[in-house]
Amino acid sequence: MNTFRIFRDLFRYNGEFAIGLMLVLIVLAVAACSFFSPYPPMDVYVVPPDVPPSWEYPLGTTSRGQDVFWQLTVAIRNTLLFGIVVAALSRVISLLVGLISGYKGGWVDRVLMSINDTFVVVPLFPILVLFYFIMRDQMTWAMLAVITALLGWAYDARLIRSIAMSLRTREFTRQAVFSGMSTGKIVLQEHLPFVLPIVFSTTMNNINWSIGIEVTLSVLGFTDINTPTIGGMIYWANQHTALVSGIWWWITFPVLLVIMLFIGLFLLAISMNEYIDPRSRLSRLGGQA
Amino acid sequence: MKAYLAYLSKRLVQFAVVVFVGINITYLVTHMTPINPVEQSISAATTYGATSPEAIEMMRQSLRQLYGLEGTPWEQYVSFWKRVLVGDFGPSLSAFPTPVSQLILRALPWTVGLLLVSTLLTWVLGNLLGGLAGYYRNSRVLKAFGVLSMGIHPIPYYVVAFVLLIIFGFLWPILPISGGATMASDRSNTFAFALDVVVHSILPVLSLMAVGIGGWFMGMRALVSNIVTEDYVVYAELAGVKRGKILRSYVMRNALGPQVTGLALQLGAIFNGAIITEQVFGYPGVGSLLISAVHAGDYSLVLGITTVSIVAVSATVLLIDLLYPLIDPRVEAR
Repeated sequence: MNTFRIFRDLFRYNGEFAIGLMLVLIVLAVAACSFFSPYPPMDVYVVPPDVPPSWEYPLGTTSRGQDVFWQLTVAIRNTLLFGIVVAALSRVISLLVGLISGYKGGWVDRVLMSINDTFVVVPLFPILVLFYFIMRDQMTWAMLAVITALLGWAYDARLIRSIAMSLRTREFTRQAVFSGMSTGKIVLQEHLPFVLPIVFSTTMNNINWSIGIEVTLSVLGFTDINTPTIGGMIYWANQHTALVSGIWWWITFPVLLVIMLFIGLFLLAISMNEYIDPRSRLSRLGGQA
Repeated sequence: MKAYLAYLSKRLVQFAVVVFVGINITYLVTHMTPINPVEQSISAATTYGATSPEAIEMMRQSLRQLYGLEGTPWEQYVSFWKRVLVGDFGPSLSAFPTPVSQLILRALPWTVGLLLVSTLLTWVLGNLLGGLAGYYRNSRVLKAFGVLSMGIHPIPYYVVAFVLLIIFGFLWPILPISGGATMASDRSNTFAFALDVVVHSILPVLSLMAVGIGGWFMGMRALVSNIVTEDYVVYAELAGVKRGKILRSYVMRNALGPQVTGLALQLGAIFNGAIITEQVFGYPGVGSLLISAVHAGDYSLVLGITTVSIVAVSATVLLIDLLYPLIDPRVEAR
């Protein structure tokens, strides 16, 4: 009930949250439509090719004889799922690294943060391309998700660490230590709840980041191109030189939908951040921070 | 001075760690994957037409050498590092017998130029406008700019570059959408050539800027609007210091530190963006080279570019870190 009230207030008083939520809900609705698709998503030449948007085919059809709308529903579902899987996996790593590093301090902290900073600095895209180069046709959707998660946890681990560091000096931590709680228990039971709100907002950004990676790689054809995704749709459209031959609807609608998703998630992330940081909430109400 | 040396040695160690871990990741990716790249290349080569067993065996030998799969795992690891440290990745397979290092050196100036211009422009402009927006909170123009840059910010580089390509390539073709300079242009006229290069770089630079500027803008605006509530700013205002001077010397100067650190942290991501932007606009830099190397199946070139990118990006980060005390002298005092 309480969470519901928070969401209602955010929706009413925070324009960014309202717009973000609506954009994400639209995208989710499109993705949900995929379960009612009349065509199997992998099949080609199920409808006449190259038909512009009309009543029968609201977003037109592709040169491969697929209905753009139904193809789009499956593509956005897979793309979203990819983002969520990567975000969930990398959250586990960044929570572990951040909490342990912040709580332990000392040399553990130094070693972990050295590695952490490496992952922040190193250009990940060439590494992903190299990975594809080695895997080639064996590259699967799940494998890409795992490797992206392994590369994409570092930013948030540093953020979590900074919170954990301040938690370490708090009274209740000391009390927990004196009452004989183990490190794992303190970190998971006492500190984790404090970190979760910020994790929630960084998750949105991480989903954006990983979807960006997925779109980029599949547009280049560097993923399993047979799984329908947004990047995959653009890839096939480019393969058929859709823009040159004037099949603009094949490109425009996937690009628009994925842009909606990016902006929606981003707005949710920053409005969540504002909600978490009480100073900016005050200034919104007109008070002085 | 002593504090600066301590700072310096810390940064150098971090640089070494980044390169070490980065190169190890590439080693792991190339050697620990369940796929045997040699057998894969052979099966790809022998799909069409029969090849004699002797020829296949010879091919297998040379490929194993190329991929560095000879000897024990430890020997493989050592020879991998040797090649990296010397910068020798052998001849390119797709442009045989040109050495990989030569191909990379030819492409590198384009990427460096593109990155330098776009990153500097983005950073300076984003911070300047963000600082102004944080200080003059009621400006409509700055608010509108904030909404616009925030809207583009979360979109990945590829999509922005692609949309710009559609706009300026198909809807309103006024700018060159491909290449680094006009093909077969007369390079003896230096000025005309330079102008040609600049015109060709407009779209790549523009798309890199469009994505990047929002982050700096928002960061600086948040920092500045926090700083303006500090006592010393209020005091300066009450004492009648000019607003422009307050913003320049008291507010922005203090907010600059985190933004420089931010630049060092973002550099890898900006580099990723440049690679993909080059590919979209057919810009003749390292990114285009990398993608075409993958399509050509040129292993040594792909490995070479990956390694060089890791070293180059972390070296630039080191450089930014070393220059940091110039902006924030407190580092030396610590």
